Amino acid sequence: MLCPMLQARPLREPPNCCPDVIGAIGNTPIVELKKLSPKPGVRLFAKLEFYSPTGSVKDRVAKSMIERAEAEGAVAPGQRILEPTSGNTGISLALICRLKGYPFTAVMPENVTSERTELLRMHGAEIVYSEGSKGSNGAVELALDMAQKDPSVYMPYQYGNQANPDAHYYGTAEEIIKDIGDVTAFVAGLGTGGTLMGNGRRLKEHDPATKIVAAEPLQGEDVQGLRSLDDGFIPPIIDLSVLDRKIIVTNRDGIIWTRRLFFEEGIFAGVSSGAIASVAVRIANELDEGNVVFLVADDGNKYMSAGLWTKSLDELEAVDSTVWW
Amino acid sequence: MATVKIPPVLRPAVSGMSEVQVDGSNVGEVLSGLAGMHPETRGQLFAEDGELNRFVNVYVNDEDVRVQQGLDTGVGVGDTVVILPAMAGGQE
Repeated sequence: MLCPMLQARPLREPPNCCPDVIGAIGNTPIVELKKLSPKPGVRLFAKLEFYSPTGSVKDRVAKSMIERAEAEGAVAPGQRILEPTSGNTGISLALICRLKGYPFTAVMPENVTSERTELLRMHGAEIVYSEGSKGSNGAVELALDMAQKDPSVYMPYQYGNQANPDAHYYGTAEEIIKDIGDVTAFVAGLGTGGTLMGNGRRLKEHDPATKIVAAEPLQGEDVQGLRSLDDGFIPPIIDLSVLDRKIIVTNRDGIIWTRRLFFEEGIFAGVSSGAIASVAVRIANELDEGNVVFLVADDGNKYMSAGLWTKSLDELEAVDSTVWW
Repeated sequence: MATVKIPPVLRPAVSGMSEVQVDGSNVGEVLSGLAGMHPETRGQLFAEDGELNRFVNVYVNDEDVRVQQGLDTGVGVGDTVVILPAMAGGQE
C-alpha cells in the first residue's frame, strides 16, 4: 500500500513556468546606476538585456521574427533559415532555430571575436564568412546574394523586418514604462535600428517629450572598406524622425565605459553597452533633473578573449580594426 | 576654421589627406568649401538636388547633423566635422 503522501493527486499546472527557454525571453530587470549618475537630480537606469537565454537583446528580435514568420506561414518545418549577422542575432536565431527544428546559416565578417563562432557552432549553426574589411555591409551583401540564388531558404532579414522593432514596441518599451514610468531620455545603440525605432515610437506615444538618443559606433578605418560612398547601407527600418539625437562613440571610449560599468557598478556588459552608457551620461550631464534609461544590449562574456577588463588600453590589440559592436 | 575629418573612401579625392581645414559657419558652407578646394568630392558628398548624399553621414562634434538642422547646422571655430559612410550596424 502506498504511503498517503505518494498517492496520486491531480497536479495543478505550475502557475509561473515558461514552457521552454524561448518563453524566458523578455521581462528583463532594470537597475539604477547611482555611482555613474553625474548629478543628484538625474537618475540613470540600465535595462539589462543580458538576463536573456543567450545573453543579449537579440533574443527578443529573433523570437519575434521567427514567430511572425511561422504565424504568416512563411517558414515550413525543416526549412533553412539564413541571416547576415556578426554575432548576437545569429546566436539568438541559432538557439531558437535549433529548438524549433530549423537548420540555420549565419553569414558574418571573418574578424569577429572567437567566442561568437564557438557559440554558433555549439548551436549547430553553419557559418559562412564574409570579407572582414567590408564589415557588416559585406555580410549583408553576401547573405542577400545567397538568398537570391537559393529561394528554398528563408531570410528573416532583421534590417528590414518589422517584427524587429515590434519586439521592442510591444515588449521592451512596455516593460520600461511599467518599471520606470516617466522617461526623460532613452539611449540605445544604433545597428539595425530596431531597438531605437520600437522603443522610440512606444515611449513617445506614452510621453511625446521623451528624447530618443542613438549611440553609434565610429567604425575604425580598417573596417570601413567601401569602394565608394554609394556602397553604403541604411537599414530600411530606420526612420530618422523618431530620433532626437544621434551621437558617434569611438571604440576607445566604448571600452573605457565598458570598464566603468564593470568596476564601478558591477555590470559585466559588452562594448556597445559601454558606448551607450557614455552617451547616456553625456545626456544626463545636460539635464538638471530627469530619468535617463539606457539599454545594456549584451554581457561581457563574448569579449573576454580580447582582454578588455585585464589589459591596459594601450596593450589591447586592434582596438580600431575589430568590429566590437 | 573647422577641421573636417575625411574617411578613407574619400581620401583619393583630397590628395590622400585624412583631415582638411575649411572655413564656414554651417555644414553646407563647410562642405561646399571642401568641394571648392577638392572638386572630386562634390559628386560624392551632394545629391543632385543639392542635399547630402543619402549614404554620407556628417557629424559636428560627434552629433549627426541629419537629426539637427541638416546642412544648416551651425559650425563654430575649432569644431570638428566628421564625414562617415553610412554602414550597417556592428554586432547585430
